[in-house]
Amino acid sequence: MNESEIRAVVLHELRAIAPEVPAEQIRPADDLREQLDLDSMDVVNLMAALEDRLGVHIAETDHKRMASLDAAVAYLAAALQHGAPGATEPNRQ
Amino acid sequence: MSEYRMPSLGADMKDGLLVEWYVQPGSALHRGQVIALVDTHKGAIEIEVFEDGVLEEILVPPGERVPVGAVMARIASGTDAAVAASAPAAAAAERATSAAPTAEPAAPPVAAGPPAPAAPAPAPAGGPSFREPPILRGSGPGGAVTIDDVRAARATRPDGAAPVEPVRESRPRASPVARRIAETLGIDLGTVRGTGARGTIVRADVERAAGERRAVPPQTPPASAAAPPPEPAGAAAPAFTSSMREAIAAAVSRSAREIPHYFLATDVSMARALAWLARINEGRPSSELLLPAALQIRAVALALREFPDFNGFWIDGALRPAAGVHVGIAVSLRGGGLVVPAIHDADRMQPDELMHALSDVVSRARTGRLRGSEVADGTITVTSVGERGVETVFGIIYPPQVALIGFGRITERPWAEGGMVGARPVVTITLAADHRASDGHRGGLFLSAIARRLSEPEAP
Repeated sequence: MNESEIRAVVLHELRAIAPEVPAEQIRPADDLREQLDLDSMDVVNLMAALEDRLGVHIAETDHKRMASLDAAVAYLAAALQHGAPGATEPNRQ
Repeated sequence: MSEYRMPSLGADMKDGLLVEWYVQPGSALHRGQVIALVDTHKGAIEIEVFEDGVLEEILVPPGERVPVGAVMARIASGTDAAVAASAPAAAAAERATSAAPTAEPAAPPVAAGPPAPAAPAPAPAGGPSFREPPILRGSGPGGAVTIDDVRAARATRPDGAAPVEPVRESRPRASPVARRIAETLGIDLGTVRGTGARGTIVRADVERAAGERRAVPPQTPPASAAAPPPEPAGAAAPAFTSSMREAIAAAVSRSAREIPHYFLATDVSMARALAWLARINEGRPSSELLLPAALQIRAVALALREFPDFNGFWIDGALRPAAGVHVGIAVSLRGGGLVVPAIHDADRMQPDELMHALSDVVSRARTGRLRGSEVADGTITVTSVGERGVETVFGIIYPPQVALIGFGRITERPWAEGGMVGARPVVTITLAADHRASDGHRGGLFLSAIARRLSEPEAP
């Protein structure tokens, strides 16, 4: 999966949480929580959806590395390619 | 035979617009089951039935506005209706763990005296054969009846009959998110085809199944083969409505007019709580993360056991402590508006269970799928401004409740302890309380009890 496909997945999941914000209005380098008014529950739901869709594990301590759209895409791309920090099977208990 | 009436979902509700019946004449009903969707000023609410029986006749078609108290349907009582018992029993048992909270009357439960100390949980409604709670011995925490107890009871029915239907023990392989969404939407994972790795059911599969189900109009009895039911109003994210704004205005105006508020605040270090959470959350998938809000709500719920005078209602000039601790959670809706669904019996939940209930109720508040008992039953309100809000929130009590607890944003602040000053994550907890029901001294002790619980997250 390339970066533009990952970006599409992230945007799709963001739309599920904040449907009133058009994707083209999201500034890719700026903080997503600020732009989309996400609370901690929204963030957890977003991460869970991304884990589900992409089959990666996102450690809670890595959430801050995914603050913007660009950063999230970069993190996920690395996680998918290299099995980066914490990237494992999605369903491990 | 009994009549099913439009429930009151708050003192300010006059009527509701019936959107959809989920059941039809002949359907078996069990206590706590959601049977219809109603559009109200609090958004789309699923209303429940509070007895076992069989739906005999529907008196109101979808699309009609129904006054509170008006008869909507007739129900044949459970004893006349033993024939219908078998089918829903398994479903009810499956749902027993999550349905236990809804097994409360829709009206705010009011006890004349102080609440009974930790009575065992009411037996989940498992169909008519299990309406006698004494045959169910709870083996869960605090004597709570668990799903296993229900299964065991089903296996040894007093009439000696074999279990109605074998309980499916093997769960379909599904991701945690898919499982949670399926539960929220009431979709049986056994009917969903998985497209993930090794046939795992993923979120998209559940959403597709939900879309297909929605596309199939519910069967209507031949007699009332009229227009198909309208698309549920809450199918999309509920729009902020002026009627909701009016309802909020009415509630807070009444609060400001009638309730002599007093306000207290205290700061507590979240260092231990956050360290404990970090340990718990390490390695967990995101869908199972425990958030600070769950610990905060639990701290309030546990403290209320010691301070029942903050858990209840001011009605007719007297404090009426509630029998259960049903914590109303102020949930802000995207685009504006606020709903306050209750987490039933929050004081009996372990942190993970409470987190699950919180996540469930917040997501349903935002998609317009709350249940009637959830919007009607809160005995206290908790408002948390979250990670991006302010440090201190001054609450307005939600009448006829007598207290509201506010949690500000957790911020790093200078904190003196043991003669040293260091930086700690600190939260400001506030209490807004009804001076008719309690005094500031008592309120201060209550806040301190919450703060103590919050700084001892590992305590049971």
